[in-house]
Amino acid sequence: MAEVLVLVDHVDGAVRKPTLELLTLARRIGDPVAVHLGAGADTAAPVLAEHGAVKVLAADAPEFADYLVVPKVDALKAAYDAVSPAAVLVASSAEGKEIAARLALRIGSGIITDAVDLEAGDNGPVATQSVFAAAFTTKSRVSQGTPVITVKPNSAPVESAPAAGTVEQLTVSFGGTATGTKVVSRTPRESTGRPDLTEAAIVVSGGRGVNGADNFHVIEALADSLGAAVGASRAAVDAGWYPHSNQVGQTGKQVSPQLYIANGISGAIQHRAGMQTSKTIVAVNKDAEAPIFDLVDYGVVGDLFQVVPQLTEEVTARKG
Amino acid sequence: MSLRIVVCVKYVPDATGDRHFAEDLTTDRDAVDGLLSELDEYAVEQALQISEASDDAEITVVTVGPEEANKDGLRKALSMGADKGVHVVDDALHGSDVMGTSLVLAKAVEHVGYDLVVCGMASTDGTMGVLPALLAERLGVPQVTLLSEVAVADGQVTGRRDGDTATERLAASLPAVVSVTDQSGEARYPSFKGIMAAKKKPVEELQLSDLGIEADLVGLGGAWTAVDSADARPARTAGTIVKDEGEGGKQLAAFLAERKFI
Ligand SMILES: Cc1cc2nc3c(=O)[nH]c(=O)nc-3n(C[C@H](O)[C@H](O)[C@H](O)COP(=O)(O)OP(=O)(O)OC[C@H]3O[C@@H](n4cnc5c(N)ncnc54)[C@H](O)[C@@H]3O)c2cc1C
Ligand SMILES: Nc1ncnc2c1ncn2[C@@H]1O[C@H](COP(=O)(O)O)[C@@H](O)[C@H]1O
Repeated sequence: MAEVLVLVDHVDGAVRKPTLELLTLARRIGDPVAVHLGAGADTAAPVLAEHGAVKVLAADAPEFADYLVVPKVDALKAAYDAVSPAAVLVASSAEGKEIAARLALRIGSGIITDAVDLEAGDNGPVATQSVFAAAFTTKSRVSQGTPVITVKPNSAPVESAPAAGTVEQLTVSFGGTATGTKVVSRTPRESTGRPDLTEAAIVVSGGRGVNGADNFHVIEALADSLGAAVGASRAAVDAGWYPHSNQVGQTGKQVSPQLYIANGISGAIQHRAGMQTSKTIVAVNKDAEAPIFDLVDYGVVGDLFQVVPQLTEEVTARKG
Repeated sequence: MSLRIVVCVKYVPDATGDRHFAEDLTTDRDAVDGLLSELDEYAVEQALQISEASDDAEITVVTVGPEEANKDGLRKALSMGADKGVHVVDDALHGSDVMGTSLVLAKAVEHVGYDLVVCGMASTDGTMGVLPALLAERLGVPQVTLLSEVAVADGQVTGRRDGDTATERLAASLPAVVSVTDQSGEARYPSFKGIMAAKKKPVEELQLSDLGIEADLVGLGGAWTAVDSADARPARTAGTIVKDEGEGGKQLAAFLAERKFI
């Protein structure tokens, strides 16, 4: 069977969930070959094998951490040359998309970004995308070269499918542009102990209606009772109430959880662009005319400071 | 020597309008009014600030797009304060994908001459956000992308990138391609004086042949991707909406329990 390259998204060998979803999708097209760049391949390999990687191509070099994007493009190109895959899959993070695009250009292939599903087709893999703020669903293909496709988190289930996962060293020689952009310093984001926003099964968000940074604990308490991630609208972020890394929407994170709970959020098109593909949508808003109610499976017209604490209490009691 | 800044701006259908696909499955540009992509206003703003901080700089705004992209797109950037415009307009461009667009932009940017190319973080219609990286790849210069802060000094561009897992400080030598996010700082409104001045600023119109690009490398025919179908997302079945009479939280909990979330 044809091989499919999967670029591993990880933190020092701790494989992030979207990569395991990519392995599920890759198995629909061929045999997944994982490409692990940077430290931690030995930690990652058993996890990758458990989820279907027949092989793990590993390379480590200081360039991956010290310079932006291009060293990883050089390495992925080396893996591409070594394997001649039927497709290349990358997670749709900001960096992932940039790596994928540059690789696609180098190998003379088209690129599809932000797929939400992927199936084998007669003329190569068919990607489903959600466009125009999720108002349309498209099916697309790469029509030239080897398909390079980036896939959004939560687009496929994580499945156990044990395979060999043999680690092989990948030899990479960096090109002249690899060291063009120096990463002068890197400050890892402090962990909140909550699930990652894009990977979470449940997201609880607050908007302008939360009315102050001090009030966000109401949103966080509900999130914690459900084991959820916390999101925010741009209005709440711009006001300085919550960090930008938690913004949901067109210029924030695009999330697709099983359950999205919007509190004090009106539902502007740019916000919807980031959450409309959520499976179940719930909203609390005191304005019955708020556009968010057009999207909901269940909505409560009311004051979030009454409704949300009551809900949190009820969830805690039921789980208790 | 003068710092040559080129800003890439896109003319897009208004996101708050009812956007559609045309019959050939390209973006229907007739159904909805177009405008300068809001996210590219941030790029123009940062270019203006970099220019203001340098002794001698010139800003050229470049767009690849239909006829209206000049009056309704480029002019806005010029009225904000950019010095001149370049509009690549050619019937053969209809339906280009990001590979075609990046090819044309790379040639256009080279045609203008540049030390710094500034892009927005993503276009509000295509939303791929990969064009700046592709431009850097094509031009063979560093990419310093998705910056929430940017500065130029001593032939270097530096900036801050707020990534998924970390905040990074980046540095590269000019020439370089940067892109800036909507966290980089509010874009200014054009002043009346700026709007009047923009009417007199030069806009060079270029066709593909002026850039030495073969028509079959771009457009729908030259695209390396194909859209097979585009379907309106089925309207969500109307949900249950209740008014809180003191039990709203409990009712919501019951719904979540019924759906097995608790
Ligand atoms: C280029 C561009 C990109 C953008 N990107 C994003 C993005 O990524 N994400 C994003 O979210 N926005 C984005 N926006 C902004 C977007 O247009 C809206 O301005 C924003 O989403 C509004 O946030 P909000 O719903 O919290 O605030 P508002 O629209 O002000 O809504 C607040 C809501 O809270 C309700 N409310 C108030 N008090 C209470 C209470 N006590 N209890 C219950 N309900 C209450 C009100 O009824 C109202 O509906 C973008 C805009 C542009 C132009
Ligand atoms: N047709 C175009 N003309 C000029 N600049 C463009 C065009 N398309 C994209 N860009 C630039 O590339 C950035 C990212 O676009 P995209 O990759 O399409 O999301 C935009 O913010 C613009 O700065």
